[in-house]
Amino acid sequence: MKVPIKTKVNGKLYEQEVEVRSTLLDILRDELKIKSVHRGCEDGECGACTVLLNGKPVCSCLVLAAQVDGAEITTVEGLLKGDELHPLMLAFIENHAVQCGYCTPGVIMTAYSLLNNLTDFTDEDLRRGIEGNLCRCTGYIHIIKAIKAAKKCKDSGNWW
Amino acid sequence: MRNFVGLRAIPEMEYHRPIALEQALKLLSELKEGCKIIAGGTDLVPAARRGRMSSSGHIHIIDISSIKDLDYIIKEDDMIRIGAITRLSEVGASTVVKEHVSILAEAASQLGSLQVRNLGTIGGNLCNASPAADTAPPLLALDARVNIRGIGKQRLVPLKEFFTGPGETILAPGEILAEVQIPITEPTAGSCFIKLGRRNAFTLSIVSVATLVKVKDGIFDDVRIALGAVAPTPIRASRAEEHLTGKKVSEQVIDDGAKVVTSEVKPISDVRASAQYRKDMSYIVTKRALTMCFNGGQVTSFAGKG
Repeated sequence: MKVPIKTKVNGKLYEQEVEVRSTLLDILRDELKIKSVHRGCEDGECGACTVLLNGKPVCSCLVLAAQVDGAEITTVEGLLKGDELHPLMLAFIENHAVQCGYCTPGVIMTAYSLLNNLTDFTDEDLRRGIEGNLCRCTGYIHIIKAIKAAKKCKDSGNWW
Repeated sequence: MRNFVGLRAIPEMEYHRPIALEQALKLLSELKEGCKIIAGGTDLVPAARRGRMSSSGHIHIIDISSIKDLDYIIKEDDMIRIGAITRLSEVGASTVVKEHVSILAEAASQLGSLQVRNLGTIGGNLCNASPAADTAPPLLALDARVNIRGIGKQRLVPLKEFFTGPGETILAPGEILAEVQIPITEPTAGSCFIKLGRRNAFTLSIVSVATLVKVKDGIFDDVRIALGAVAPTPIRASRAEEHLTGKKVSEQVIDDGAKVVTSEVKPISDVRASAQYRKDMSYIVTKRALTMCFNGGQVTSFAGKG
């Protein structure tokens, strides 16, 4: 069964007919060719497919495509300003928070949301905050470091 | 598309998206068989991929996530009412919930991960009826009730009577859990929620405990102990509660009371833990939770920490 959906993805409007048995992950990657959204466990356990759905980080593999009619979705591409990388992305690069890169888009979307919603946080809060994003490479230390560095950018006004 | 082929493909389904509860109830009664209600999908979608959605005919997905009338948290006199599709992240962050029924906020904030909490709902957590459902022990300890709606009818059921077995509830065909009602407890009551898992975060409970304690003149006046993941359903440890009621509060009394819990749990051995471990831990975690009730009820979830 196919249903029509209207979505806004990274600021752009799309009208699509989607199979009911497809997920948001399927349509972002396979239909819209937004390849930053990674297929990890497809079970809601690893977070590699994390995107913002109406501003909140969710695992896109858990959301049926049919459910997002009328929704706004943001992926890492939506954080770019033209070709300019977001300060959060630069913080990840500068602080060695990226190795293989598979978890990175998902972690970035979660971190982006955490930084926008938490005014003050401890290291423990950050570790809790990224609990839904598994990273096999970095051991998370540099990811935490990068998020804290990004907070400094945000506080100094270098943010969007 | 690659995902429709192979062992983990979501099966063919029909999809319906009612925008009002009455519409949803009408759909359920018309379609009769093969109906599966979805809100957040955090249990349903993985289950679909594991071939756990069986139906002799069509599978009908009834998406209730757009029914705005089921999404709310209100305080009414001495009761908190939460709509079934309220996201767990909202429940955990709600000042109303944190202030009046804090153990529910604690459980809702520790369930799954941030991403899962942003999708999963309180109604879904209860209706999926895992024996390890994290919102169940606090709600049982709080003597919560659920409002179940059918066409032209509704019934208010104590949560104690809601779960009938692993993954099973008293919901009859055509019924939807619409609301959770929680009586507000006195501010002088101490409460605590502790979740023991294999790791500190994003973990299924091996044992979870919610305790709520009222004390009068140094005597246990009202004791509630609820446990998850140690029986076919989430349970209240009524024998332990009875044992403690009327006794003078002391470390020894708490210890004895917590031990009684081990006679009430019926755990199984599974991939996460053995039955014996669960039994042993139900005593330890209950003792900690009861003790914490007197230390300001600060919540911890822990795995192997002291």
